Amino acid sequence: MTESESPDLPARPDEAQVPRIGVDEWVATHAGRTQLGRLQQRLSGVPSLGFYFLFGAIAAFVPVMTGNAYVVRVGFDTLLYMLLALGLNITVGYAGLLDLGYIAFYGFGAYTYAMLASPQFGIHWSTLAVIPVAVVATAILGFLVALPSRRLVGDYLAIVTLFFGQLFVTVYQNGESMSFLGFTRQVNATGGPNGIPNIDPFHAFGAKVTTVRGYFYVALIVFMLALFAVYLVDRSRTGRAWKSLREDPLAAELMGMPVNRLKLVAFSFGAAIAGLAGTMFAALNTAVFAADFDVPTLIIVYAMLILGGAGSLGGVIVGALIVNVSLEVLRTPDHATYVFYLLLLATLVAKLRPWRVLAVVLGGTIGFGYVVHAIVSSAAPTWVHGSASVGGWFGSWLEGWALHNDTPGTVGKFLFVLLVLAILGVMTLEGWWQKLAMIPTLYLAAVVWENVLVVEPSVTRLILVGVILIVLMNARPQGLLGTARVEIV
Amino acid sequence: MSANGDTPLLRLDGVDTFYGPIHILQGLSLEVRAGELVCLLGGNASGKSTTLKTILGIVTPRNGAVRLEGEDVTKRATSYRIRKGLAIVPENRRLFAPMTVLENLQMGAFLHGGGTKEDFDRVYGLFPLLYERRSQLAGTLSGGEQQMVAMGRALMAKPKLLLMDEPSMGLAPILVERSFEIIKQVNDAGVAMLVVEQNANVSLSIADRGYVLSTGRLVLEGKADELRENEDLRKAYLGR
Ligand SMILES: Nc1ncnc2c1ncn2[C@@H]1O[C@H](COP(=O)(O)OP(=O)(O)O)[C@@H](O)[C@H]1O
Ligand SMILES: [Mg+2]
Repeated sequence: MTESESPDLPARPDEAQVPRIGVDEWVATHAGRTQLGRLQQRLSGVPSLGFYFLFGAIAAFVPVMTGNAYVVRVGFDTLLYMLLALGLNITVGYAGLLDLGYIAFYGFGAYTYAMLASPQFGIHWSTLAVIPVAVVATAILGFLVALPSRRLVGDYLAIVTLFFGQLFVTVYQNGESMSFLGFTRQVNATGGPNGIPNIDPFHAFGAKVTTVRGYFYVALIVFMLALFAVYLVDRSRTGRAWKSLREDPLAAELMGMPVNRLKLVAFSFGAAIAGLAGTMFAALNTAVFAADFDVPTLIIVYAMLILGGAGSLGGVIVGALIVNVSLEVLRTPDHATYVFYLLLLATLVAKLRPWRVLAVVLGGTIGFGYVVHAIVSSAAPTWVHGSASVGGWFGSWLEGWALHNDTPGTVGKFLFVLLVLAILGVMTLEGWWQKLAMIPTLYLAAVVWENVLVVEPSVTRLILVGVILIVLMNARPQGLLGTARVEIV
Repeated sequence: MSANGDTPLLRLDGVDTFYGPIHILQGLSLEVRAGELVCLLGGNASGKSTTLKTILGIVTPRNGAVRLEGEDVTKRATSYRIRKGLAIVPENRRLFAPMTVLENLQMGAFLHGGGTKEDFDRVYGLFPLLYERRSQLAGTLSGGEQQMVAMGRALMAKPKLLLMDEPSMGLAPILVERSFEIIKQVNDAGVAMLVVEQNANVSLSIADRGYVLSTGRLVLEGKADELRENEDLRKAYLGR
């Protein structure tokens, strides 16, 4: 071999003479040339930074257009969720590390801010000092959690991090009399179940952020900066290395990538962003409780990430927006009811073909309802004395069609179980039998909704968001803005 | 590289590799000299891939040594060995399917900052098709094209020694021949190669030397021409 660093390989051969191995003419002419493919290509031609700026500009106008503090507050929460999803996107979306303890980093950031800016310890640092300290501390915590787990992959990592998340909640919920490994005297570190109240608002140079609108703008600026930072990392060598690590860890290792270091960096980068979100949460709410950082919040952030498309920055924005706004809209039982019936109808219209099948099932369900209602009203009148979940003409129609018990209780729970069994039954049947079985099942679903679900809106809205997720994921498994997975076969 | 022409580029000395309690490679010794094209033949599960993993440091042998240009790298990380001039085209190619051809090539030069223009020119010169397909997702390429990406990705690291794990696997016969032509071409340009194969016929036709592995032990070694005439090998692998 010669002394030269790079061996000289033959020059570009004359293309005409080289057999063109593996050129599949069909693929060559058709790849990415469908209508949808064209649209996607044209959209992907627009620089994504353009979209982000557009989003930032529109978001900046929200508080200007509405004086409604509630709307601005929902906007702030949504931005906070976007920031959380952005961090999770690094750990899960880019590096493919299933981190189920993620929300603990959010909590850690919030508590760190609370401890350094509240009467709890009598410390009132400037916000410009607390935020960097909280972010760096959370990054270090992320590093420490990942350190023993970095060789763990897949399911094991998920279990270890889930355990860590629960440990965080338990420790902070019982931290009202803690001592450091038994060496120091007992101190009230976390306020235990009472949390830490009276947290200072963001303040620097003598100015304070006191309005929701102010926090909205702080959150917007912080999110846009974080988004830009992640955007740069995404396009860097490290960003690509994360993605290849997620795709094929062994191949990444074979290319000489420092697999463990990449995992550690992804983990603590994600944690740092969650910690940053935590400081804003603490400052706006002026109180923190460990229960705020438990599994339900984790699930919501995951839902946002998956819905938007893991690994996609635009998906973080879209996913957080859809999920959080849906959750808010569904807080009102009236909205939830309309969403429920519309979802049912939309699913039937989308799934039942041809039209006569749809007509039979819909007509059958309505007819079945009137018959049942007529029979029951004479046999067991308490079952038609309740009132519908909504008012208006739709409500009165529902009262004449679906059963409404005046005191739905244990019977309701029984109906719920019956509904689950009926759905399972429908799924095992085929052909016309399945369509026929759908008629009483749909009616049962309506009755369960009217009597059971709508009574407990907090559970119901989560169930509904879950259903929306399932429906969307069926339509687009990679998430709204995610790239379809390409399998090498 | 070493100025001393007597030091082989790669040398395995009595290597014993285990997966847990299972003894796979048993006292394996082999060497590849600068500029050589060596093939390592063996049937299914004979330990060919394990040999390559041992060379790269994905697994560490319990006994014996792995030397690159005379330096004992047995305890060194994979990245260190790659910096010293190793690269691999893995079994089944293992491309990063949802990434473009271009990104795959960049990942091949990860330890060299993602590749210089010169690196890309070199690889595109060898595989003009990769230039045309640079923004296509690797997972959507045909088998032959994927093989080119895998080789191009490995060559982006400017290796002194290129390891190839069963390059003919899953390719149509005509593509196998073309693949080996390219392998020969790359070797002629000065890159030493260790090609692991089950297809003894084609690989011996281009190799300088060959080793034959059977359940983790070397059973035969010699010049490629001699091996081609060897009765036992013919019976076992060449099928004539
Ligand atoms: N990661 C592993 N853990 C345990 N056994 C393995 C592992 N990889 C390979 N083996 C075993 O080692 C033997 C040799 O495998 P390998 O080197 O892949 O064979 P070849 O490449 O020659 O087909 C096989 O019996 C295989 O089952
Ligand atoms: Mg193998």
